[in-house]
Amino acid sequence: MTSLLHADGLTFRVRERALVEAASLAVEPGELIVIVGPNGAGKTTLLKLLTGEIRPDGGVARLDGVDIHAMPAWSLAARRAVMAQAARLAFPFTLAEVVRLGIDSVGRLLPPARRRAIVEEALAAADVGALAGRLYQTLSGGEQQRAQFARALAQLEAGRTTSQRQVLFLDEPVASLDLNHQLALMQAAAREAARGAAVIAVLHDLNLAATFAHRLVVMSSARLVADGPPRSVLTRALVSGIFKVDLPLSEPPSSGAPYILPQNYAPGRVGAAPGIAASGR
Amino acid sequence: MTSDALPAGAHLHHSDGAATFFAQRRRRVRIVAVVSIGLLIALAVVSLGAGAISIPPRRVLDVLIAYMSGDAGVWSTRDGLVIMSIRLPRLFLGMMIGAALAVAGALMQGLFRNPLADPGLVGVSSGAALAAGATIVLGDRYAAATIGKLPFLILPLGAFFGALIATLVLYLIATREGRTSIATMLLAGVALAALAGACMGMLSFMSDDRQLRDLTFWTLGSLGGASWTKVATIAPLVLAMLAATPLLARGLNALLLGEAEAFHLGLPVQRIKAAAILVTAVGVGAAVAAAGVIGFVGIVIPHILRLIIGPDHRALLPLSAILGAALLIGADSLARTIVAPAELPIGILTAAIGAPFFMWLLLRRDRVFEA
Repeated sequence: MTSLLHADGLTFRVRERALVEAASLAVEPGELIVIVGPNGAGKTTLLKLLTGEIRPDGGVARLDGVDIHAMPAWSLAARRAVMAQAARLAFPFTLAEVVRLGIDSVGRLLPPARRRAIVEEALAAADVGALAGRLYQTLSGGEQQRAQFARALAQLEAGRTTSQRQVLFLDEPVASLDLNHQLALMQAAAREAARGAAVIAVLHDLNLAATFAHRLVVMSSARLVADGPPRSVLTRALVSGIFKVDLPLSEPPSSGAPYILPQNYAPGRVGAAPGIAASGR
Repeated sequence: MTSDALPAGAHLHHSDGAATFFAQRRRRVRIVAVVSIGLLIALAVVSLGAGAISIPPRRVLDVLIAYMSGDAGVWSTRDGLVIMSIRLPRLFLGMMIGAALAVAGALMQGLFRNPLADPGLVGVSSGAALAAGATIVLGDRYAAATIGKLPFLILPLGAFFGALIATLVLYLIATREGRTSIATMLLAGVALAALAGACMGMLSFMSDDRQLRDLTFWTLGSLGGASWTKVATIAPLVLAMLAATPLLARGLNALLLGEAEAFHLGLPVQRIKAAAILVTAVGVGAAVAAAGVIGFVGIVIPHILRLIIGPDHRALLPLSAILGAALLIGADSLARTIVAPAELPIGILTAAIGAPFFMWLLLRRDRVFEA
């Protein structure tokens, strides 16, 4: 059985400098994978390689065994939806129109009633129904982000009629969201995973990542340095080695997800943690 | 996706808002369509009656009805002759050029993701006019025998390639990594127009009196030379352009989100961009070949429409065609009457209306676009 999404040795360079180096990753249906790593580690570039937005200089990404660059855009779009970082809009669409863009291509053959239902469901799931008629430019950063999430959800739902084997990509989806909507968005993403889609999200908040991720993938200096359940990946040694902050990790008895309290932060207490890159791989 | 799956405290708004919104939008589009078509018909009747010889609307309708019922006597009356052989071809030419320019403007604005892109403003029309001028002057000089027989094919073809090259150059200069800088685009347009102007100057330097008159005609823009031959020559081009626009509408909508997003949504981005450039060049080439440079139609019409119905190209493109046609024949009627019995080149008139409008756009840029 081939993996739903399989990256094999993906490499991407800009002027000899590797942004992603030999990244390999196998993703199965129902998995919620969170990619974490410091700024500039190559997380967004890896996501762009996995979505087919950019071509790798080496390696290949396959969706159900097929090279994604061998698939036409329309067929790829039925299989995966992408929520990119802060998208700007050239002309004043309303929020409802932005969300509808998600199904204009993938869902164009669906009956109108079904299309309407998909848009409504997506608006509700991202909690933006009340803003439907507002101009996108007049929304706050967090509201725009939720609109983009709704657009991605709508595309995913419209594509489900074509194939159940789908991937949802989220690039820092909660960057501008309040706590309530951070949790709501991650829960909606987890629901998509529960329905059989694979979800791949880039997050900065390690606690949020540990709470929702089935698998945590850690990137550092263009490489994947760790990949596994949050509990085994998120160690004090890794956090101090990769993120250069040495903080104690705790684990509440109820959920079992490790957490970090930044109150314990004291500048200068940076652990060297040698051998992290080696041990994670 | 139900509310019980949301964490406590998350407000779940019932979003019948979207359905209401889309219904309102559709209603608005219908109203604008009806008003635009009404305006076009009314201005068409006015346009057939206006000019050095004034013909009242009722008489205009009588002549048209007589013609359509096959009454050959139409051609023998003075009014009939004026309408059928002068004003009617001019009306058709004006409608096609207005539609082509307004749609070309809307297409370019979608392609560049930029509300200030207008074929006249950013040098595309200048490129077309230069190529048209070059075929007149250089063609006369070096290939008179061949071109003399086919002037109505060579001119639109030259203008088309001029427009195509200008659009391509503009796109290559102004767009980096899928993003178009508004400032760079306008400056590249200034440079293109200056270059075209310099070449035009060279051409006028080496042309004789008749050619000089032709060149002036192309730079000022006028429907004065309208004939059934011209109508028949550019009609296929403009109709092809209008037929192609519905195929581009969905792609241009997605492009407003950005090129990467359009690709994620499943659209063949490079093909859509190439098609939009090609279709724009066909429309501008046809318009310039028939009537010279007529500016600002492509910026005024799509902008007004976006204010009322929003930027959805599926409604914007066809309504731009209708309203552009109405604006141009209205402006042409005015150009023929305000200095009657002489007439003003229509390009002067559209610039006089369009330039202040453009300045107003720049003044309220915060609300219109991100500078």
